[in-house]
Amino acid sequence: MTNHWIDIKNSDCILIMGSNAAENHPISFKYVNEAMAKGAKLISVDPRFTRTSARADIYAPLRSGTDIAFLGGMINYILENNLYNKEYVAAYTNASFLVNSKFKFTKGVFSGYDAKAHKYDKSTWAFQMDKNGVPKMDRSLKNRNCVFQLLKKHYSRYNTKLVSKITGTPEDLLLEIYKTYGATGARGKAATIMYAMGWTQHTVGTQNIRTMAMIQLLLGNMGVAGGGVNALRGESNVQGSTDHCLLWHIWPGYLKTPRASNVSLEAYNKKWTPKSNDPLSANWWQNYPKYSVSLLKSFFGENATAANDFGYDWLPKVDDGKAYSWLDIFDEMYKGTIKGFFAWGQNPACSGSNAGKTREAMKNLDWMVNVNLFDNETGSFWRGPGMDPASIKTEVFMLPACVSVEKEGSITNSGRWMQWRYQGPKPLGNSLSDGDIIMMLGDKLKEVYQKGGTFPQAIVNLKWDYTSHGEYDPHKVAKEVNGYFVKDTEIKGKLYKAGTLVPSFAFLQADGSTSSANWLYCNSYTEKGNMAARRSKEDAINHIGLYPEFSWCWPVNRRIIYNRASVDLKGQPWDKQDWVIWFAGEKKDGKYSSSKWIGDVPDGGWYPMQNPDGSMREDSKYAFIMRKHGHAQIFGPGLADGPFPEHYEPLECPVEKNFMNPQRMNPTAPVYGTDADEFATCDPRYPYVGTTYRVSEHWQTGLMTRPQPWLLELQPQVFVEMSEELAKLKGIKNGERVKASSARGSLECTAIVTKRFKPFDLGGSTVHQVGFTWNFGWRWPISGTEDSANLLTPGTGDPNTRIPETKAFMVNVAKL
Amino acid sequence: MSKAFFIDTTLCTACRGCQVACKQWHDLPAEETKNLGTYQNPADLSFDTYKLVRMKEEVIDGRLRWLFFPEQCRHCVEAPCLATAGDESAIYQDASGAIIYTAQTKRLNADEIIESCPYNIPRKSADGTLAKCDMCIDRVTNGLQPACVKTCPTGTMNFGERDAMLETARNRLAAVKKSYPKAMLLDADDVNVIYLVAYDPGMYHEFAVASNSAFDVTRSVALRKMLRPFTRITSRLL
Repeated sequence: MTNHWIDIKNSDCILIMGSNAAENHPISFKYVNEAMAKGAKLISVDPRFTRTSARADIYAPLRSGTDIAFLGGMINYILENNLYNKEYVAAYTNASFLVNSKFKFTKGVFSGYDAKAHKYDKSTWAFQMDKNGVPKMDRSLKNRNCVFQLLKKHYSRYNTKLVSKITGTPEDLLLEIYKTYGATGARGKAATIMYAMGWTQHTVGTQNIRTMAMIQLLLGNMGVAGGGVNALRGESNVQGSTDHCLLWHIWPGYLKTPRASNVSLEAYNKKWTPKSNDPLSANWWQNYPKYSVSLLKSFFGENATAANDFGYDWLPKVDDGKAYSWLDIFDEMYKGTIKGFFAWGQNPACSGSNAGKTREAMKNLDWMVNVNLFDNETGSFWRGPGMDPASIKTEVFMLPACVSVEKEGSITNSGRWMQWRYQGPKPLGNSLSDGDIIMMLGDKLKEVYQKGGTFPQAIVNLKWDYTSHGEYDPHKVAKEVNGYFVKDTEIKGKLYKAGTLVPSFAFLQADGSTSSANWLYCNSYTEKGNMAARRSKEDAINHIGLYPEFSWCWPVNRRIIYNRASVDLKGQPWDKQDWVIWFAGEKKDGKYSSSKWIGDVPDGGWYPMQNPDGSMREDSKYAFIMRKHGHAQIFGPGLADGPFPEHYEPLECPVEKNFMNPQRMNPTAPVYGTDADEFATCDPRYPYVGTTYRVSEHWQTGLMTRPQPWLLELQPQVFVEMSEELAKLKGIKNGERVKASSARGSLECTAIVTKRFKPFDLGGSTVHQVGFTWNFGWRWPISGTEDSANLLTPGTGDPNTRIPETKAFMVNVAKL
Repeated sequence: MSKAFFIDTTLCTACRGCQVACKQWHDLPAEETKNLGTYQNPADLSFDTYKLVRMKEEVIDGRLRWLFFPEQCRHCVEAPCLATAGDESAIYQDASGAIIYTAQTKRLNADEIIESCPYNIPRKSADGTLAKCDMCIDRVTNGLQPACVKTCPTGTMNFGERDAMLETARNRLAAVKKSYPKAMLLDADDVNVIYLVAYDPGMYHEFAVASNSAFDVTRSVALRKMLRPFTRITSRLL
């Protein structure tokens, strides 16, 4: 979330699309209801009518996988009807930047496409630079090569008639939603988006979210209260795990995983540290080496020295151009190249796409360590449906982990709040906290590698001192994450003694004098104490629900990021009522003479861009300090699949061709080639669109909820929802068991025949869609008849993130 | 002063936290259920299920609505079941207004009690003992909210002094009527569980209001005690 949960209450219009917040984030409706009580409109866009839709002012159906068409139509509507905030767009976004005149979009692909490699050469997507190396800008937005004009041209094709033919959403509903949402382009109005896996789990997942970010920028909804782009995280600490490098391509704090071509620390830092020649651009990532060196100091402690590149050589590098994502791991395991596997707090036999392939892949392992609360479909894969235990050699070790309430530590919620939690009961039986398990594992590895082994340096040099009295100490880790001065350091005339905690990331150094395991969290545990444990219920001066001393939030306790865009060029808020920050410096002769911001922690404390008399200040910085050029990106030249989002059909889809352009699917989406990776598009055997989702009553693969009788009572069986029309066509009765199948597998499930699904009218042809809950697995309930809907889903994904495309695929359903 | 619930169905998302919290607080066993082609489960109230979120799909004025009705005992101001039983060791009214069933209900004619209820709430066990919502009387007596109210994230479930709840309900009705002109409070004068619904209550559930059919001649006791058409009409006219 750019904003946070409570901030939803400040919104004038809430779009819930790509998520089902009422069912999967029930608490969020406390704030949705609060906003609605003050007159906010709630819009629900979903293939089926959900418990979220039940509360919405406007509900619109759309066919799974067509969100960019829907949102591209909104961009077109906003531009055609001049609903955008022109001052905001011209000043804060790259709409004014001039793009290379060779940039083109033809036949559904952008310039630079290499059809053989399924990749783009992005050189024609670059900005035009002036003689100083600063992007050329036209703040009037009229130059034909400027981003704004290119944007207009690109989305002019997204008229409501064509959008309706693609999405299946009736035109009148499209217009009603565009008008309602677009109205928040007015000053003082804010709209927010609540999205989740319904947007990310597509071959165009990243671009789905980018399209919405572009809308928010056009309407001036970024940085303001009740606005932003808000990802609803599906697990209490998934934000924290991402911040601390759950994903293969990032290190903690969103530093880059080094590539093989980054042959030294110097080469690594040079490659990933952006350079700006614009004195008005803060270009905050110019501090990159301070954060990377502090991270290395945290990994290797005293063993990390300037002479040995702070241990950079000891860390693994990924091959350039190769991916190591979830999809790739199980592809390699299926091919037999991965022999050992830790399944830690996960249940891949049910949770990942193409679960049948995952389960087969596990047969090729020599060993698996399953760290979890209970045995699950993963640890017991060898005795699952269709398996022959006698022929499977994989040795499985179960390490029982304790539950969250049995341990102390922090979680970081969707709103970036790091919240400290205390231990309740002691861990049950032989179960241990994850921290204890990993400390013991590390200690043992160190002991073994001390005796020798292949490339032992990375292990033996690791700083590994996070225990107290023989037990894992979460405070030691939290302090390590924040970071220490490792030698006496004088900064701006003040001496910071070695061993003291660093006050904030502005103090981190690239010379090895500081350590920090995650620069973004530097400021969370300081000499003033554990900021995440704070529990003050006092609101800030602007009374918009920031509660700045309740827990702590990254970065530097800034509750709404990009908040410098919530004010105009003179530092005065667009919205004088629900304002986030306000420049309150003194004035003298039409100029600001002292600097003072009030409200939230400002996104950089520089003076505003303009003085009260309208003169520009040279000591200011552009609002979007994390971008190299200081401007939010309406044109995004860094992505794998194009600088503007474009509608492409899912890998499996019900239409022969893409009605928007001649390129059917995302040309850069990864496709895997084993015999388990079957796909079928426009195939009469699989005529219906399928999607997956969760229900309120179960959580993730259901490992923690399916064994819970009260919850199983509410949702006892895996189901498929379908329209009355489709049920009639197939002779299926409500509540009867049916068989669903895709090119990859089949699933027995209970039919819910409902008015909440309706057939889609795609320009005169009817397309049916069905939906499955993926919360089940064969291990529980004890009947063994309920299994995961991921047996049906395909193993392709987004080219930027490689998140799997589980939300749009093709299936059949039939009576048993 | 008696306590009351105010249940604002216009805010309900049917997360069913209330249904589970009820089972948890009362330590009631889960029923073995099947998916019957709906999210609603169990299918009905039972001796082990005091609270049930009913879910109905209705097309109203050309638009699909999914109606949620978190059903429970209404703790009638003058309860027909209590009058029918005539045995305060089995059914009595607590100072809080809660209608409480004890283990002595086993001695009553269960079917007669069930029939006396205009909302079809009480359920019997194999041995004839009756059970239903007890307003979490143990919690309430100790200054806590009922479990279902405590767990509700949306503001649907409210609990407090009857006067305060009535005032909240009336204020909320006035606000809701702007969007839902047919909105009404259900039997507000007669019960301590006051529902706000947006549409015809019959669409939510057959027994959402004490229908006239609930007071036919076979239910004479209930009729004498309960039938108050005029007050009910006034509450709907608010």
